[in-house]
Amino acid sequence: MGIFDTLSFTFPELTLAIGAMALLITGVFLGDKSAKQISMACVVLLVGAAVLVLVGPSGTQTSLFDGAFRIDSFSSYCKVIIFGAAAFAILMSDRYLAGEQLGRFEYPILIILAAFGMSLMVSATDLISLYMGVETQSLALYVLAAFNRESQRSTEAGLKYFVLGALSSGLLLYGASLVYGFTGSTSFDEIARVATSTDTNTGLIIGLVFLVSGLAFKVSAAPFHMWTPDVYEGSPTPVTALFAAAPKLAAMALFTRVLTTSFSGVLTDWQPVIAMIAVASMMVGAFSAIPQTNIKRLMAYSSIGHMGYALIGLASGSAEGVRSVLIYMAIYVMMTIGTFAVILMMRRRGGMTENISDLSGLSRTNMPMALIMTVLLFSLAGVPPTAGFFGKWYVFLAAVEAELVWLAVVGVFASAVSAFYYLRIVWFMWFDEPAPAFERDSGPALAFAAWGSAILMFPLLTVFMGPLTQAAGIAAASLF
Amino acid sequence: MAEIGLGHYLSVAAVMFAIGMAGIFLNRKNVIVILMSIELMLLSVNINFVAFSQFLGDLTGQVFAFMVLTVAAAEAAVGLAILVAFFRNRGDIAVEDANLMKN
Repeated sequence: MGIFDTLSFTFPELTLAIGAMALLITGVFLGDKSAKQISMACVVLLVGAAVLVLVGPSGTQTSLFDGAFRIDSFSSYCKVIIFGAAAFAILMSDRYLAGEQLGRFEYPILIILAAFGMSLMVSATDLISLYMGVETQSLALYVLAAFNRESQRSTEAGLKYFVLGALSSGLLLYGASLVYGFTGSTSFDEIARVATSTDTNTGLIIGLVFLVSGLAFKVSAAPFHMWTPDVYEGSPTPVTALFAAAPKLAAMALFTRVLTTSFSGVLTDWQPVIAMIAVASMMVGAFSAIPQTNIKRLMAYSSIGHMGYALIGLASGSAEGVRSVLIYMAIYVMMTIGTFAVILMMRRRGGMTENISDLSGLSRTNMPMALIMTVLLFSLAGVPPTAGFFGKWYVFLAAVEAELVWLAVVGVFASAVSAFYYLRIVWFMWFDEPAPAFERDSGPALAFAAWGSAILMFPLLTVFMGPLTQAAGIAAASLF
Repeated sequence: MAEIGLGHYLSVAAVMFAIGMAGIFLNRKNVIVILMSIELMLLSVNINFVAFSQFLGDLTGQVFAFMVLTVAAAEAAVGLAILVAFFRNRGDIAVEDANLMKN
């Protein structure tokens, strides 16, 4: 394949990379007054990249760059959701950034660069491209966490994210070096061949453990979750909305691809490890969230718990399991974007509020917002018949079919516990004395994200679940 | 004298990696020390890669080592920039002071 043929398969990534460079130069010349136009241009780029993925050759498996980069239904499925989530993150941050005097043109460009890194992650089929993807994403996200550089909390969040992110990259790399050394190759296919052909290869297993630890950091699964609450609380809220959605999906997709393609031969070695990480994450998500008073911190623990449920699907190790992970993550990303849109609407005259008590009596001061939040919280808790319930349903089903019944039982228990703190917020909103009302005018982007997400989670559920499960099934099949 | 082989290099790298990790968790004074520890971890990984590359007679490991070096430089730049922003707000870079957010 000639170089132009190869490049023609990577149009979505090229669009983002070249677009980001062009916009960066434009921004430098025009200054911060162009921030709004550059934001819009970035949204257009992301939507364009998503369209290019959709019209591109997704049905076939194409390996590019000597097997370092693969385009298949799995990567296309993840890329569309990632680009969509990143576009929403840019749209939703408009008002917030203006209100906090943060309207700088670098912000959307950093999100584009992060999206580019995530897109490398989900297509990576070589340890080198895996590492480059993870780092491209992470370096942009560290800067975004510290984006409010006048704020002590934001810079502290950035610093913590950086230190623990670099530590996790170190673990990942150390694992990668051992895997390379004991299999003689960095390509996933070659690693898979060696892992299945030889009997117990201790060096490979030690490398795998480090690799799994590094990736568990990136998806913020317990016991590698300690950075998440601080980073989520300290970062500017729209940045937190981004963190909770797209990078989680990208890291989970990468995790899934690494384990199910290159290490499928040693499934019995990693299955119990992933199961334990899943149990720990669900428990941390369920119990540590209960005493929280800050809604962003609560969402951090919530996301740790959700990663636990998704990891149940991964622990199954089957095509069924991967399909359930993909369904779960898509639903998780949608409801997270909606919930953060509501959190971004919690603005009073004096500025943003982020305490759970500020939501008290919301049904009396702002009925539509209370309705949206109620649907989203029911979905996060996994109460039937919302989308969140079906996400958990598929995950537990995959676990049962893989003869991991105990894991499904623990999952049901954890979701019962976590329902307590989600439904407590619902109780506050509908039955408590009203707190002062929020400002009504929050802009079309937030309203669209919140309404859209809430409507998809419940009333329109039957319409979108069919295509979603079908797409996830095709995507999962491309890994096996 | 025994010849220095792959095992020796791997041991040095493992010790360096452990020192780097310990430096991150035990250090209570200065964030710069954390940056140095991270660098130490990445360099120990490079020793691993180059040793394996030599042992296997395969160049991929050295290519990977160069990638790691480049990314480590970029990472240090971003880390120091965040550290400068943190210092401007706080007037100090003690690790113990990074405690605005607690459970």
